Amino acid sequence: MLSELLQFLFSGLTVGAMYALAAVGFSLIYSASGVINFAQGEFIMLGGMSAALLVQAGVPLPLAITLAILVAVVAGLIVEKLAIEPAGNAEVVTLVIITIGASLTLRGLVEVFLGKGNHALPAFSGEEPIAILGATLMPQSLWVMGVTLVVVVALALFFGRTTLGKAVLATSCNKLAAQLVGVNTRFVLLLAFGLSAALGAVGGILVAPMTYTSYDAGIMMGLKGFVAAALGGLGSGVGAIVGGLLLGIVEAMTAGYISSAYKDAMPFVLILLILFFLPQGIFGKKTTDRV
Amino acid sequence: MEKRTFIKFTLAAAACATLGTAYAADPIRIGAVLSVTGPAAYLGDPELKTLQMYVETLNKNGGLIGRPIELVHYDDGSESGKANGFTKRLIENDKVDLIIGGTTSGATMAMAPLVERAQIPFISLAGAVVIVEPPKKWMFKTPHTDRMAAERVFDDMKKAGLTKVALLSENSGFGQSGRKESQAVAAKYGITLVADETYGPKDTDMTAQLTKIKGVAGVQAVFVFGLGQGPAVVTKNYAQLGIKLPLYQSHGVASDEYIRLAGSAAEGVRLPSPALPVAAKLPATDPQKKVVSDYAKLFAERWKAEPSTFGGYAYDGLMLAADAIRRAGSTDKAKVRDALESTSNLVATSGTFNLSANDHMGLSLSAFRMLEIRNGDWTLLN
Repeated sequence: MLSELLQFLFSGLTVGAMYALAAVGFSLIYSASGVINFAQGEFIMLGGMSAALLVQAGVPLPLAITLAILVAVVAGLIVEKLAIEPAGNAEVVTLVIITIGASLTLRGLVEVFLGKGNHALPAFSGEEPIAILGATLMPQSLWVMGVTLVVVVALALFFGRTTLGKAVLATSCNKLAAQLVGVNTRFVLLLAFGLSAALGAVGGILVAPMTYTSYDAGIMMGLKGFVAAALGGLGSGVGAIVGGLLLGIVEAMTAGYISSAYKDAMPFVLILLILFFLPQGIFGKKTTDRV
Repeated sequence: MEKRTFIKFTLAAAACATLGTAYAADPIRIGAVLSVTGPAAYLGDPELKTLQMYVETLNKNGGLIGRPIELVHYDDGSESGKANGFTKRLIENDKVDLIIGGTTSGATMAMAPLVERAQIPFISLAGAVVIVEPPKKWMFKTPHTDRMAAERVFDDMKKAGLTKVALLSENSGFGQSGRKESQAVAAKYGITLVADETYGPKDTDMTAQLTKIKGVAGVQAVFVFGLGQGPAVVTKNYAQLGIKLPLYQSHGVASDEYIRLAGSAAEGVRLPSPALPVAAKLPATDPQKKVVSDYAKLFAERWKAEPSTFGGYAYDGLMLAADAIRRAGSTDKAKVRDALESTSNLVATSGTFNLSANDHMGLSLSAFRMLEIRNGDWTLLN
């Protein structure tokens, strides 16, 4: 019984950490611009696909990973420069629509130039499962969880301790006011896209050995990441992690103890409950508008 | 998404000149609606490539009944609703003589009412039993049904003395149809399904379902019904959890990609498959050996890609159509339909087709080969 519970928990944590990494990317761009970047899933896919194809082409894993992150960052910067920036001070809804367009474009380009097949990446530390109290965990799951932890700590330090991080927060809070005190808001936006593309790529690369990757792998990860980000409270780094883990664990427990048929309904149930009782998400800021 | 290919008939025109017939022999227009993009692209893409390749080949050899063939095709983007719209266009605007396709069962069923009303021969490339059962006057199909796959697997389990089986199916059209058929035929082979779990086509971890299955008392084997990456994830999770029970998959994974993705975890996995993946391993006496070997070779040379069993279904569809048009001696829709229904002993990639008024698919259970993965390669059983 205990080993079963533990196995469901491992399953939930592994999947949840993936959702969390995707959610952090959403939160980052939302923090900087108030925009929900629906191309986030595509950055995840780009990272995984590039790394897998480079390894297949004979590039050593560490170099392939570095290059894959670069590919995603460049894509992120291009999306910001060519699609988001020209829109100028457009409404948030317009920007959201632009990101959906960008995601379709990226997916289409990968489909045409890299093909429609599924690809695998070798596991970083072998395929020997680790046995813990009768349950098993793949070493790759530890990579996913560990890196997720590092990322969230790094982001917390970035936002809390650095001027640049505070500039990002200031921009999201009030763009005009930030500009007035000398923040280069254009650069902040560019930075946010580059950084979240890098985060997405890292996520995509970490999960590729377990889940495989293909040109359309970003759809599901993007969707679940968005749900996780909304659960935790958009714009909150801790919220993204909690939301992701919560989603993963609830899914695994549902599949394990109730029925796998209901598993995919759980994200919707969760998000409805959260929106109903905590409209800002679990860790979302409570905002008050002064008139 | 609209694409049209007009296979030009220069060679055919030359052929006509030598025959002394009128210069412009009307081309035979074959319509196709395939899922070339979208989630079912890995089915539809090789199907389209196969049709294009063999229409070229047929035209090079003088076409059919002295007329060139023209392929008019549309991509439904894996959306059934679009398949319906494109079928309407094929019938009303393009005035095709015959339709091939419907990559997925969903698309096929969306196209069905239109072809029945327009009374036009239609050969589907999808798997579900409902397409041909009960037989609909104008509808035919080439792939084995999911019921046959289930029967072949249960037959193998029965021989091995496995009677308590856990079912794990994908919650997509393919998986759910497979699940339904498996439940329907299990009793016939003395098999009890002791677990019934599902997973999503893009799920990344199935250890929860497998742990649950592992905990079911008396379970002797696991049968997975799915397509693409899901079954490979299941296979890896199976190894991770150290489950020692025999693992069976459906024909949905009968491609080299599955072995590549699942790696060493796939050792010992058994599945029913068309002859294509084991073309090289078939005995020389096998009637299908030449057909599947030639198809695989031509596809690999022309497209620089691995041939897949799905492309094979399109080959079978086109060959059934060509054979029927030849025997009918015309493209008269009713005559072609009757000829299709009387197809006999046509050896193709999925098996040997023998159609009748009651059987609009025409394959027997023996068309499926039982395979096992050993040392990272397919091994032909029995």
